[in-house]
Amino acid sequence: MDQLLFNPDYPYILSILIFLPLAGGLLLLFIKNDDFARYWALGITALTAIISIPLVVAFDTSTSKYQFVEQVSWVKSLNIQYVIGIDGISILLVMLTTLIMPLCVLASWTYIKTRVQAFMVCLLIMETAMLGVFMALDFVLFYILWEAMLIPMYLLIGIWGGPRRIYASIKFFLYTLAGSVMLLVAIIWLYIYNGYSFFIPDMMWQNYSSTAQILLFLAFFLAFAIKVPMFPFHTWLPAAHVEAPTAGSVILASVLLKMGTYGFLRFAIPITPEATMTLAPYILWLSIAGIIYGGFTALAQHDMKKLIAYSSVGHMGFVTLGIFVLNTSGVEGAILQMLNHGITTGALFLCIGMIYERTHSRELSSATGVGKYMPIYVTFLTFFSLSSFGFPATNSFIGEFLILAGTFEYSIPLALAAIPGAVLAAAYMLRMLQKIVWGGTDNPDQSWLNDLNVREIITLSPFLFFVFWIGLGAQPFIDLIHVSVANLLDNYHAFHGQAIAVTDLILH
Amino acid sequence: MQFLPELTLLGAGLIVFIISLGKTSADTTRNVAIGLGTTVFVATLLSFSQTGRLFYDAYQVDLYSQVFKTLIAGAMLIVLIFGGNLKGIDNSVRPEYYLFLFMSVLGLMMLVSSVELLSIFVALELSSFAVYIMVPMRDDSGNLRFQMEAGIKYLLFGVTATGFMLFGMSYMYGLTGSTQLSVVIEKLSLMYSQPVAVIAMVMVLAGFFYKLAIFPFHFWVPDVYEGASNETTAFIASVPKLAAVALLIRLVSLINQEGQVIVNVLMVCAVLSMFYGNLSALVQKDIKRMLGFSGIAHAGFVLLGILTFQITGYANALYYIIGYVVMNLACFLVICTVSQKGENVMIEDLSGLYKRSPLMAFSLAVGLFALAGIPPFVGFMGKFMILTSALKEGYLILVILAAINTAIAIFYYLSVVRVTFCSDPEDRVTINSSMLTNATSIILLLVIVIMGVTPQRFVDFASTAVQTIM
Repeated sequence: MDQLLFNPDYPYILSILIFLPLAGGLLLLFIKNDDFARYWALGITALTAIISIPLVVAFDTSTSKYQFVEQVSWVKSLNIQYVIGIDGISILLVMLTTLIMPLCVLASWTYIKTRVQAFMVCLLIMETAMLGVFMALDFVLFYILWEAMLIPMYLLIGIWGGPRRIYASIKFFLYTLAGSVMLLVAIIWLYIYNGYSFFIPDMMWQNYSSTAQILLFLAFFLAFAIKVPMFPFHTWLPAAHVEAPTAGSVILASVLLKMGTYGFLRFAIPITPEATMTLAPYILWLSIAGIIYGGFTALAQHDMKKLIAYSSVGHMGFVTLGIFVLNTSGVEGAILQMLNHGITTGALFLCIGMIYERTHSRELSSATGVGKYMPIYVTFLTFFSLSSFGFPATNSFIGEFLILAGTFEYSIPLALAAIPGAVLAAAYMLRMLQKIVWGGTDNPDQSWLNDLNVREIITLSPFLFFVFWIGLGAQPFIDLIHVSVANLLDNYHAFHGQAIAVTDLILH
Repeated sequence: MQFLPELTLLGAGLIVFIISLGKTSADTTRNVAIGLGTTVFVATLLSFSQTGRLFYDAYQVDLYSQVFKTLIAGAMLIVLIFGGNLKGIDNSVRPEYYLFLFMSVLGLMMLVSSVELLSIFVALELSSFAVYIMVPMRDDSGNLRFQMEAGIKYLLFGVTATGFMLFGMSYMYGLTGSTQLSVVIEKLSLMYSQPVAVIAMVMVLAGFFYKLAIFPFHFWVPDVYEGASNETTAFIASVPKLAAVALLIRLVSLINQEGQVIVNVLMVCAVLSMFYGNLSALVQKDIKRMLGFSGIAHAGFVLLGILTFQITGYANALYYIIGYVVMNLACFLVICTVSQKGENVMIEDLSGLYKRSPLMAFSLAVGLFALAGIPPFVGFMGKFMILTSALKEGYLILVILAAINTAIAIFYYLSVVRVTFCSDPEDRVTINSSMLTNATSIILLLVIVIMGVTPQRFVDFASTAVQTIM
């Protein structure tokens, strides 16, 4: 248990973060008033965000241990514990989740008109499950929250979604669930192999046999690659994104997709280092395929939400690329890029939701030439688009730069293969931006459009703030993750060093 | 005191019989039945801590049997409450219907206490024959006669399974010279190298496979579920399964390592049940048929827990079947409420249930997600613990196959939830449910969640109960 760090100054802070939204959601069930539901959900999510701020302030950047740990035995006979904690890999994702949720509530203020109460309950339960997934240090706790999340997300898409919501929601549910059944078997296998313990840090860096590692890795890979989603498991994503309501899309893009990459970092690499080494080249090339494929497909879209959805496939390809080159800049860049993608793509989905609320169309052609009538809107949109293709001084530039630097270190052909992805990103984002801001000679009449109101500006401003903060001064963020990443990679290399030493010993 | 629950049931049967002689209004009959059901439940609680042996050691009262009796009485009470209006049964035969219901439950209660082959047989027959009559008692409005077909099928398959069982029992007696279960099993355990002992055991198990609807004794399920009235199906789908699991555990717990052949047979049955049930459920349009097939799959899971031959495995199987009964009852509660005149409910009839009755839609969703094994509900914990105990015994392939089945199963559960929440009600009527039904459904939902979130206490208790018969 030496990997755990208890912070007596902030007892129960993580539990409060997990259970506050749940309690808020359950209480909301009893009050049937739409306006109250909106303010209540905003209040609860904002409170959660405020409570989460001490996490960053008190986070010890000099250690890779799990911090703010809480540990209670839950199911004694199976040795399942309620143990939660955060380290450098998860802190940014936790913060991203808590900070983005109030903005999701704001974005749904007028967008959701029916069954508001139920919608807000779903959002709050989602927040509980998402935070829990990033904090859980017990594999069963992780799995329970990982699966439980499917129900509110399914309802968000299935009830409040667009015209093809039924198809999209079922596809989302089936893909994710089918992917994670083998994860369950892997968890039970690990539990039995490790002397009946579900404690995640205990499972790391153990000497499982090569075959077992490969099989475990494949079980992890299926679950996490579908969630990321990596090419060729991405087909649920465009459907789900397009049909989901704005808040659903933002949650999907900003938080849910990160769970896949988080899973790779937290489970796949430390638990199966040998299999990671063996299979990393294949995953790297799958990532490249995702980057190129996402880019080209996005270039051909007429539906704005689909365009952003496919761009997500490309961006997440960069993240997996960074993770599996397994060097400091790659992994740090990947984690930073997870955060960046959450901010930028979340903001882009919000922008598209705002124009959809006005025109009731996601078609690019019906949104052309709004720049003249919605100057504030296009200003925001421009910055987010620039950020999306990694323009210098925006957040994504830092992330992509680090990832590409890491990739060059690993293999030059691989890095060269990834470059067209960056160019493609500029092509499709600029195409969209050009059409929305200026359009052509055949623009529809947009003069009746109102520019953003105060609520919408408030919703978007925090995103813009972080775009530039990370873009201009990323060091504080990297400091948060650095020690944990270094520790992960040290352990990884030490593990292989050990393996090589043993082989040498046998050979000589 | 030791025989109190059974005596109460017998008395309840007599009271209903007297009612059946006169002409009473439907409401009175229902209230009397619910009152009697509650009395039986209280009686099981009163005799909860009793132990002892009755009837020349043919009848054993211990913690294990009393737990099951309480569960059976509780499940019966819930069925009585939400099926109280007996929409599918003609008014003139309702008292008789209750009479047979009580007799069937009496048989099941006797079954869980029986430790002697002949008393097992008598109890099993008592419970089955009453249900054979309950199935065709359905009102034949609209000139639909499929309840008769269902009744005949149920009877024929039942009699065949019983035939197998009797034949197996005769072998057991021939081999061991006794009908006492403890003696039989002890002597039999030395003989598993002989094929005849294996055949005897498998044949006796067949009788319980039939009750629990495990492949290859599942053929009656879809038609009987469809043909019987909703209330009868709710009963058949839940209460007898509890007793069947109780007896299966009693029998199997005494098989020792020598009985590897039987273990193999059980494994094959478990896997085939899961695949057959889940794959067939995918294409069903009638929700009762769908739940029937899903029940076959769940029985496979229970068997997976039983064949670990460990106390934890039995305790997990016990936990699982309790969870299954609760989830199933939650679903059937909704079906009985949605059905206006006792007709069968097609999946599309549930369209827009969210708008027609939010609580019913919510109950159905929770019940189905729980059956599908999504956390944090009891279905997940049960499945998880059974898989864990099976993998502890090294059944990796079995566990993988079971996990694949979970993925298959989610589709049909989800498509019902989809219809309930995401489609338009069109011009379907609003559902009115009584306060008592609403309260029952909320209690069932709470049990589903509480058992799922804090399984420890339940499993410990199940282990203690199982320990008493080892």
